[in-house]
Amino acid sequence: MAEVRPTSLLEVQEAVRLHPRLRPKGAGTKPALSAPREGEVVLDLSGLRGLLQYEPEEFVFTAYAGTPVKEVEEVLRAHGQYLPFHPPLAGRGATLGGTVAAGLSGPMRERFGGLRDFLLGVRFVDGEGRVVRGGGQVVKNAAGFPFHRLMVGSLGAFGVMVELSFKVFPSPRATQTLRLTYGNLAEALAAMERLRVLPLDLLALDLIPPATLEIRLGGFPESLGKRLKRLQEILQKEGEVLAEDEAHWEGVRNLRFLEEAPIWVKVPSTPAWVPKLEDLPLGPRRYLAGGELLYAGMEAKGLASLRQAGIPHLVLKGAGDALFPHPPEAFFRQLKLALDPRSRFPLG
Amino acid sequence: MGFLEELRALFPPGRLLSKGAELAPYESDALTAYRKRPLAVVLPERKEEVVEAVRLCYRHGVPFVARGSGTSLSGGSLPVEGGLVIALNRMNRILRLDPKAKIAVVEPGVVNLEVSRQAAPFGLYYAPDPSSQPISTIGGNVAFNSGGAHCLKYGMTAGHVLALEVVTPTGEVVRLGGESLEGVGPDLHGFFVGTEGLLGVTLEITLRLLPRPEAYHTLLAAYGSLEAAGNAVSQVIRSGLLPGAMEIMDRLAIEAAEAAVKAGYPPAEALLIVELEGPKEEVEEEAKLLAQVIEESGALEVRIAQSEAERQAIWKGRKAAFSAVGRLSPDYIVQDGVVPRSRLGEALKEIGRLSQEYGLRVANVFHAGDGNLHPLVLYDGKKPRELERAEELAGEILRLCVRLGGSLTGEHGIGVEKKAYMPEMFAPEDLLAMERVKEALDPKGLANRGKVLPEGVVDPCLEGAHG
Repeated sequence: MAEVRPTSLLEVQEAVRLHPRLRPKGAGTKPALSAPREGEVVLDLSGLRGLLQYEPEEFVFTAYAGTPVKEVEEVLRAHGQYLPFHPPLAGRGATLGGTVAAGLSGPMRERFGGLRDFLLGVRFVDGEGRVVRGGGQVVKNAAGFPFHRLMVGSLGAFGVMVELSFKVFPSPRATQTLRLTYGNLAEALAAMERLRVLPLDLLALDLIPPATLEIRLGGFPESLGKRLKRLQEILQKEGEVLAEDEAHWEGVRNLRFLEEAPIWVKVPSTPAWVPKLEDLPLGPRRYLAGGELLYAGMEAKGLASLRQAGIPHLVLKGAGDALFPHPPEAFFRQLKLALDPRSRFPLG
Repeated sequence: MGFLEELRALFPPGRLLSKGAELAPYESDALTAYRKRPLAVVLPERKEEVVEAVRLCYRHGVPFVARGSGTSLSGGSLPVEGGLVIALNRMNRILRLDPKAKIAVVEPGVVNLEVSRQAAPFGLYYAPDPSSQPISTIGGNVAFNSGGAHCLKYGMTAGHVLALEVVTPTGEVVRLGGESLEGVGPDLHGFFVGTEGLLGVTLEITLRLLPRPEAYHTLLAAYGSLEAAGNAVSQVIRSGLLPGAMEIMDRLAIEAAEAAVKAGYPPAEALLIVELEGPKEEVEEEAKLLAQVIEESGALEVRIAQSEAERQAIWKGRKAAFSAVGRLSPDYIVQDGVVPRSRLGEALKEIGRLSQEYGLRVANVFHAGDGNLHPLVLYDGKKPRELERAEELAGEILRLCVRLGGSLTGEHGIGVEKKAYMPEMFAPEDLLAMERVKEALDPKGLANRGKVLPEGVVDPCLEGAHG
């Protein structure tokens, strides 16, 4: 299989100009997205790694797209900061570029928002080999077309990301997790829907079918106990308290619960859609962020049922077309033509 | 049939304006230094009418500008001479407010504050709060990716838009995004936000709502210098706190605000407002740490709002500062460049020096939490060449922001006002990419023509090829 591994911006430009069809790849943690199709050359970006700029006081860093999320998080942690959207698969080696291209957020997106809320800027190579910058390196910026937001979930359709800038936040000083099991899905859903609209600043609010809720709190150690007690009062349920919960949530964000499933899928959801999704033959699964995001494992019939029901989804691992449905032609097509006129990149 | 006749067939009398006196109010927006006479103004009440108007423009090659309340400070809704203005204020219905789903589906002419007002009974609100929020419309907020005082913690408009229905400049109607906070495929609605109406007109917008914070802790600290206030912001950040808002006003801005609304501010060289928000137990703990940080920062006086009324009084002065500066000077230009937070001190010192050099007063009000400056350059338009000098000074400030690693605009947009400065921030290839996108979606160049993109960008590849 043909593969190129650039280690500089210039080499990325060269590769783009040289090869008619390219499939960008980071660490390959989402194989359905990075495996080459017929006639494609793999553009392995793992050689473009490292932090370019990080000033803790600015809450901003800039790094090469091939940088493993984990590497960045270690540096952030030394300064008491983190990426609040909690990029998934970090423990398996996921890179910043792959995370943006796939458009993935993890369980802690509940508190401050998802990937799209934290990406500030991008430098990418378009389909003609030109370097284009969008956004910037400050947390507030309204100048020019926001090409960085176009990259989120783009699967690399518009260009090869080379550098990315993100906003970060101070980490919660302490965390605790409350696990509650209900009699049935309807009861668990009702409790989750109630918590969604209360001003409780939950770090994570997950629903694990058939009827378990996992709620993560973060903040000052002095306030955590009181907040946990209030939560138990609101729900009129003691539940199980996990005080040392870091390892548990690392497992969740690394999608360990999907391990046994042959196909991994991301499904945008809402609490109202949960009962409908629960009627489909899906495998192991978990609804993150108050029911807004489903990661599910399944077999071929599960994927077929999603398609049949017309439910939008993205396949991360396993066979088939990764994206359903295709982006709306009237807007997507023109953008693709403007940035990748020769259709070198995916979603051609 | 000519363009105007076809328009007349679409819009009843009263909703199609074409006489001089009727057009006058639409000749400019909040950047009143610029005026352009449109051919006509239409006032659609339904999205089908907007779509028809855009299609008509496309067929006849007539440029159009969509606008809401016209609060753009960068001339973003300035008409094109001889073009059509599509005024969307009558499309002001909240079509659906679903508290369980935490979303509101609105028409573009809905006023920003109205969304929060309607959501309030459910304990929800719409977070982006530009200072113009009692007047500015969501459609305009979407076009400019509007901000406000809470962007550090909550982000800008783009993060709060979940879906858009848009009519492209060629008249195609397309839905981007969905009702979930998450999506799959390219974030096309996220990309549309902030493109200042160059890629189409929004017909319908789905917004995310947030639970209203349970508790606030609002602190006002007075300092002997602007630098000391700036340093205090850094100290707050270094302590690991994440306030909802941090605002600074300098002496001139304080005096103006006092004269206008009598907020009861202490006289000082600089005032810092810090607001914490969140669950009450958490805010209590944060407040203890904040008190310690502010004490160590050398504040001359510290006040803490003990009630909602006191909190509102603190904010009232800050929010009135812009209009209040009008009392100090017949005219002013407001800029909104951004600098990295750690370089605020440097930026303010340089602005002070430039103010001296140009012999024009500059009042400073800014969103210190996210480095968004609002220098108000005071001038008297009746004095010869003073406007030109004020514009030059404002331009110097913009260059300064870019030089320090920031941005030309934090929330007001590029519009017509700052497009000449785009090459200061973006390389020719960046600008070309924007032009190519514009051309692909708007081959006749009709939608908000003349905004954002500077004239005469040279293709560096072509230039290389020829020489």
